[in-house]
Amino acid sequence: MLEVTIVYGFINSVILALIALGFSLTFGISGVANFAYGSMYILSGYAVWILMHKAGIPFVAAALIAVVLTAALGSLLYRFVLLRVRGMEISEVIVTFGTGLAIIELFRYLGFTGFEYTLPVFTDGTVLIGGVYVDHQRLWIVVIGVALAVGLYFFTHYTKLGLAFRGIAQDERTALSLGINSDRIAELSVAMGAGLAAVAAITILPRGTISVNDGYDVLINAMAVCIVGGLGSTVGVVAAAFLIGYAQMITDAFSGPHWKMIVSLVAILVILVIKPSGLFGKQKELEERI
Amino acid sequence: MKKKRKERIDRGIKARSDDIFAVTSWREMLYVALPPAIPVVGLLVLPFILPTYWQKVLIATAIFALLAMSWDFLVSAGMVSLGQALFFGVGAYTSGVLDHYAGLPIWLTIPLSTVIGGALCTVFLLPVLRLRGVYFAMVTLVLPLMLERIIEATAIFGGTEGLTGLKPFPNQWIEMYLVGGMVLVVLFGFRRLMTTDYGLVFKALRDNDRAVMSAGLNIYWYKAQALFIAGSLGAFCGAAMTHVYLFVGMPAFALDYSILPLASAVVGGMGTFAGSLLGAFILVPLSEALRGIGGLRIVLYAVALVVFVVALPEGIFHYVKRKYLQFERWVHVDE
Repeated sequence: MLEVTIVYGFINSVILALIALGFSLTFGISGVANFAYGSMYILSGYAVWILMHKAGIPFVAAALIAVVLTAALGSLLYRFVLLRVRGMEISEVIVTFGTGLAIIELFRYLGFTGFEYTLPVFTDGTVLIGGVYVDHQRLWIVVIGVALAVGLYFFTHYTKLGLAFRGIAQDERTALSLGINSDRIAELSVAMGAGLAAVAAITILPRGTISVNDGYDVLINAMAVCIVGGLGSTVGVVAAAFLIGYAQMITDAFSGPHWKMIVSLVAILVILVIKPSGLFGKQKELEERI
Repeated sequence: MKKKRKERIDRGIKARSDDIFAVTSWREMLYVALPPAIPVVGLLVLPFILPTYWQKVLIATAIFALLAMSWDFLVSAGMVSLGQALFFGVGAYTSGVLDHYAGLPIWLTIPLSTVIGGALCTVFLLPVLRLRGVYFAMVTLVLPLMLERIIEATAIFGGTEGLTGLKPFPNQWIEMYLVGGMVLVVLFGFRRLMTTDYGLVFKALRDNDRAVMSAGLNIYWYKAQALFIAGSLGAFCGAAMTHVYLFVGMPAFALDYSILPLASAVVGGMGTFAGSLLGAFILVPLSEALRGIGGLRIVLYAVALVVFVVALPEGIFHYVKRKYLQFERWVHVDE
């Protein structure tokens, strides 16, 4: 029982981190709101399914196409919608939330619910870890999640592009004066965030069926992890993912699956009340709180 | 090359009717009185001329207009909410509980749940009053979802089934005129309120809350009051709708009640309340007329929301108002 909680809590935490990475890249690191994140997640899942079952494209190719498509969608979202309301934070939130809502509800309307909407696992089989059976897909999730988290850390700390991402969030004018085209960087950041959402979807969704409501849950979980961890901090994302991941697992084990989702909601509320800048967030503390 | 520029000038009649001379001519008096008369006459007459089905639509429209005005009021005080469903749901459940468990008559449940609901919402949001902008919006987005899940998980107040068999209004006329009258009271009341000193404090909260602090006013106290006013209004909508549907359940926290008021206020034009009313009276009947699209409703609202924020951020009301008060002409500009 304890081993199950520990092992599956670990996997659950990595899933949360994987979900939150893209959102963190866009909203946390570059300061561009993308509340259509959840919709991009399910969109890429459905895109892979459609490509495989309607167009007959093999899984690997379909997955690659879906990632590119979602990233392109993110860049379109920035260029045609976000760019026009850039700087007005509330409008950014409203338009991206509205776009996401439109996409999610469109899928619901088109009837994309049911057991046939599943993605194939990468490799089949199970292994025994500490007395607990874990299937290969969950190992893949851990591998990809860890790789992406480490990659994102190095990307935002040691590459020019990653530093530019952080630059436009810290001070857009100074970034401009240093020759960073903030609109291009912001567009790239939305696109890469969307691409990461697609990667997360393709890795995580084979665990079960694709459901439309995932769009909302993913957004809330990603928001919870980013806010608790602190905006702009990759370390914070990982720490918060483990905090919330284990909290969810323990709640699930002791009081039933209904309460699982409430954990992230409560986490958002508690952290915003106690420490709005999050556990590891350094910037913006003064602006958020008077 | 000669360049042109568009020039906007107040209409003569507008300039005249701003003044005391307005009362000397019927034409000017009509010009001033016409815009406010439209909603008054409309809401008084519509119940008579609509068929039964559209009377129900009228009630829903008025409810959404009220929610949109409540949203608009919060925005005027600098608080952007993405979860009007919180106010609506709390009001709906309060009146449902008062009716079902306490057996109170309908003329008690609605006023009581208006006040209690408003107070509850204020208490819920009290801890996050310090947050601003996006962060406040996130909390309001999260709260109704959380309450919905808590009701699902604990199975209180009927759980997923909800409470059924609540008392109806005595007849449909009372329903329509109660809600319609409330729309008028709130519309003109809020418009007047925002011009008083008290309302100016709210506007100042939005524009520069630090300036309000340095004026020696406690901004949290004022924000709490704004929340209570907006929350009570939202709770009234919930309570009224509960007694129209004779049912209260988890759908009271549904996304519709968050997104539609927002879309109405944005489509109609923010900050005037009349814009919210106009937006609701465009969007709700429109979606009702397009009933065939069923589940596409939310998509429609979301798309309208995005299009208006991007393309016409001032909203329809401001546009119409400008046309009513001013005329435009092209003038040449010297290089």
